[in-house]
Amino acid sequence: MTTTLRMTYLDALGLAQREEMARDERVIIIGEDISLYAAGGAYGNVDAKRIRSAPISENGFAGMAVGAAMTGLRPIVDLTIANFIYLAADPIINQAARLRYMTGGQFKVPVTYRASMWHNQSNAAQHSDRPYPMFMNVPGLKIVTPATPTDAKGLLKAAIRDDDPVLVFEDNDLWSVREEVPLDSEFVIPIGKAAVRCQGGDVSIISVAGCLPHALAAAKALREDGVGAEVLDLRSLLPLDYEAILNTVGKTGRVVIADYAHRTCGAAAEIAAIIAEDGFDLLKKPVRRVVTPDIPIPFSEALEKPLYPSPESIANAARSLM
Amino acid sequence: MPRNDVDAQVYLRMLKIRHFEQAVSALITEGEVAGACHSSIGQEAAIVGACMALRLDDYMSGTHRSHGHPIGKGAELNALMAEILGKATGVCRGRGGSMHLTDASVGSIGESAIVGGGIALATGAALSAQVRGTDQVSLTFFGDGAVNEGAFHESLNMASVWKLPVIFFCENNGYAAVTPATQTHGQPDVSRRAEGYGLPGVTVDGQDFDAVYSTTREAVTRARGGEGPTLIEAKTYRFDEHCVGLFINGAYRTKEEVERYKTQRDPIALFRAKLLERGKSVAELLKTEEQARELVEAAVRFAKDSPRPEPEEAFDLVHASRIPIRR
Repeated sequence: MTTTLRMTYLDALGLAQREEMARDERVIIIGEDISLYAAGGAYGNVDAKRIRSAPISENGFAGMAVGAAMTGLRPIVDLTIANFIYLAADPIINQAARLRYMTGGQFKVPVTYRASMWHNQSNAAQHSDRPYPMFMNVPGLKIVTPATPTDAKGLLKAAIRDDDPVLVFEDNDLWSVREEVPLDSEFVIPIGKAAVRCQGGDVSIISVAGCLPHALAAAKALREDGVGAEVLDLRSLLPLDYEAILNTVGKTGRVVIADYAHRTCGAAAEIAAIIAEDGFDLLKKPVRRVVTPDIPIPFSEALEKPLYPSPESIANAARSLM
Repeated sequence: MPRNDVDAQVYLRMLKIRHFEQAVSALITEGEVAGACHSSIGQEAAIVGACMALRLDDYMSGTHRSHGHPIGKGAELNALMAEILGKATGVCRGRGGSMHLTDASVGSIGESAIVGGGIALATGAALSAQVRGTDQVSLTFFGDGAVNEGAFHESLNMASVWKLPVIFFCENNGYAAVTPATQTHGQPDVSRRAEGYGLPGVTVDGQDFDAVYSTTREAVTRARGGEGPTLIEAKTYRFDEHCVGLFINGAYRTKEEVERYKTQRDPIALFRAKLLERGKSVAELLKTEEQARELVEAAVRFAKDSPRPEPEEAFDLVHASRIPIRR
């Protein structure tokens, strides 16, 4: 019996969505151009009422999903390109994240917002953001950032089943990455648990979202230099796995944080702050961030490509700590 | 419900709102209330007229001017008043306050202090009812200021496209905080905006309970029957300032205008006169008036006697289960 199947990150997301729509009739999907994907079988054979191809009204349908979630459904809102989440930010922040709390627990808001982060593809500054750090500042949300096909399936399913609003930030760079993915329809990955992707005793590379392949390539290069790098893939940004972060710092005493988001108040900044507050005595060297500089993402390949963390820049940062 | 019983219930609910708001104002003067309070006095017929057309299990969302909506839909007063005083027994356990009196037991899904925020929520609840195949409808209260928010336009359009069972109910009191609608609305007739999205729009006298009730009932019937949404504009008036105790330096409306509404267009006085015309006795009305007063007095006592929440409780209810929150 086949228990896994080799598939892409993108296929794994689709599989997660089909499985959850088949499993639970409260799951609906709302987004733009959805009818086209539905015709291609993207959501399986479900009642057409559950597939809502919406007008271009991100603010409106992101808010409607909150009301639907409060009254018995489990909507998936497909925001497509991550920059569009800014149009939906008000209902996500002011309503979805707040209403369990503000109503004294009278309601839950089980809604999933999917956003795909595009970069390195000459789409310029309105299609190339990694907006998750802004939402890490919003109490009441959960945030996951799958970096492998298996995690894409397991974390999206966990998000859909979760009783809180969950933002799923997917990485377009990873869409075509393939691996064996569990076919078990009950396979879910718990939100809030990081994963050690390779062990090492000399330096920790803490990887945020789509930086994982670069972090692993950097670790490989470092191993060839005789440096043991441990790669910690955070997988969730809210809640953050404090224990896993401090564990790896305790093991190596040297930390590089790799994150595609901009430098200021990025995910890496919060992780560095946690280490500074609670892991300072464990450090042998200052924490290094390998992140995207604080400039809008330019169109020209020649301008865009050098901005992002790369295996080389991550490995070089690690070497500077040895 | 027979006409006579409906009338008694309507009169009681309108009076409960009026006395509740007066009690809140008194508590503000006593220094018992923290934060801003927005009074619904003057708008009782619009609120109760809309709510009486709904079933208990129909959904409702509202605004920062939130006290009247749950009372109009039949909520108990004690937990509402306790919420305004920030008590542990408050309907939102002290986490919402005056602008957010959300009582799920009467179908409320939220009172939003983000102007227009409740519109999309209620439209989503209507979508939910449609997907789940129930015959519930959803009504959203919003002010004239909210019709200039994108959420209003996006929600009307989607509700129309998908024939959602939702009633968009505008309490048009003529002023968004202290700015007259005449200065901010390219099309001052709110109900005419419906035309742009292919749904019916109706304007009704919001000081006249009967007019609001029959108009809303028609919209509810349409919605329940799968015929889609309606936009209702109830022309009403708020007797108090935007916010109780707010001192406005400079006139944005005349004293004469306010006096005219208070003396000639008070929705409760207008309804009382109708009840007498319909044969209710003064004694019956006095009994209802006394009942409303007693219920509000009891709610004030309950709220004052209730304990404040423990500071540690602030960390509860952020998520479905507690996640590590650093301090």
